Amino acid sequence: MTDSAGVVIIGGGVNGTGIAYHLAKKGYTDVIVLEKSYICSGASGRNGGGIRQQWSTKENIKLAIESTRMFEELQKELDTDLEFKQGGYLVLAFTEEEVEQFKKNVSIQNEMGLDSKFINPEEAKELVPELNISKVKGATFNETDGTIYPFKVVHGYAKAIKEMGIDVREHTEVLDIEKNGDEITAVKTNKGTIKTDTVVNAAGGWSKKVAEMLQVDLPNKPYRHEIMVTEPYAPFLDPMVISFHHGIYFSQSEHGNIVGGIGNPNETEGIEQRASLWFLKTMAKTLVEFVPRFKGMNMLRQWAGLYDTTPDAQPVLGPVPEVKRFYQVNGFSGHGFMVSPVVDKVTAELILGETPSMDISDLSITRFEDMDIEKEYSVVG
Amino acid sequence: MTIMICRCEDLTEEDILEAISEGYTEIEKIKRHLRLGMGPCQGKTCILLVERILARELGKGSEDMDEPTARPPSRQVPFGLLVGDGDD
Repeated sequence: MTDSAGVVIIGGGVNGTGIAYHLAKKGYTDVIVLEKSYICSGASGRNGGGIRQQWSTKENIKLAIESTRMFEELQKELDTDLEFKQGGYLVLAFTEEEVEQFKKNVSIQNEMGLDSKFINPEEAKELVPELNISKVKGATFNETDGTIYPFKVVHGYAKAIKEMGIDVREHTEVLDIEKNGDEITAVKTNKGTIKTDTVVNAAGGWSKKVAEMLQVDLPNKPYRHEIMVTEPYAPFLDPMVISFHHGIYFSQSEHGNIVGGIGNPNETEGIEQRASLWFLKTMAKTLVEFVPRFKGMNMLRQWAGLYDTTPDAQPVLGPVPEVKRFYQVNGFSGHGFMVSPVVDKVTAELILGETPSMDISDLSITRFEDMDIEKEYSVVG
Repeated sequence: MTIMICRCEDLTEEDILEAISEGYTEIEKIKRHLRLGMGPCQGKTCILLVERILARELGKGSEDMDEPTARPPSRQVPFGLLVGDGDD
């Protein structure tokens, strides 16, 4: 079977379906979304649903502020309860260096219009009364941060784009992308070839492999990141609590479950999504240290997903110099879901040749040619 | 007559049929759409039932149905036990 599309999007996660959604909203539906497994099977369906605007680089702060606003709107647009809970993010500092860095972060965030603040350990305890603050040196808090239920967002997009006439093909794996000179000509899949001149690489942890099909070298490296959920409990935890020092984050969903993860500093690069015993033990130990009450609570399930990481922990967005109309939407380094609304909107604008509503050119792949890239420090896990 | 499929998340056969008609035609997708199998029983009751409904609705054999990835631990474990504290 040979068919064609104006735009082929590789990846049926939040960005793949989200870009299709923005294209369709503008009336452009000559789009095929390809997903090698089922919709939302990758990191989009494996993350903790955190929506954070407290970042250290201007790029990430800018993307996150606009995206948070857009998530509020999306709930109305999709006419679905996305379980968006704005209980804030409480970011804990455990060293003097962190205190200094956090004060700097807050000052940049305030300058960008975010109402975050630096607070002392006692104020942190007021926000989470069961928190053990014996080693906490300070914290930052922003009340409009929160959590969302990822499946509802992605399923909401998928339903909307199908209704608007976009072709979503699951269990369809991209095997190769063909080009003539610097122009894309077709995408070969396990279910036939699709003629197209425009491809979006939104394949998460598999993005580097996709780019290799066009001899484009992405600096992205996939790393496993593990996560778990408890039984549902009556609400006792308003904000998401995170510590970069421990690499941990945990929050209570609208549903009542505690969802959280912790990074393994010895994790090696690769596509590995199995659960580990190291995680189970380390997560339990750290959670109980943070909130002693966890000791009596029941862990229900653990799983893993992939962080698609870049050298500066910021995404790779927009076109590439080597191949025309090959758009990158990857390298989110563990915080892709939360910035997806604006990224998807701007990507749709770029594809259609419109003036982008936000300048994201600083996040182009070409930045890695310069030596002085600004690294995002506020990465958890 | 209402047939309960999942007690943890309060799902009936009707809910499952509705999900299938909306295009959630795989167990992994029904799971994520309805939280089926994500409750305290971890799918030990509902998954087999839903596999049978799916097979019937799609005209396939239940042996053709994919099973969702098993997630450890297979039943709930108190964190206190994992940190080696048996008091609770």
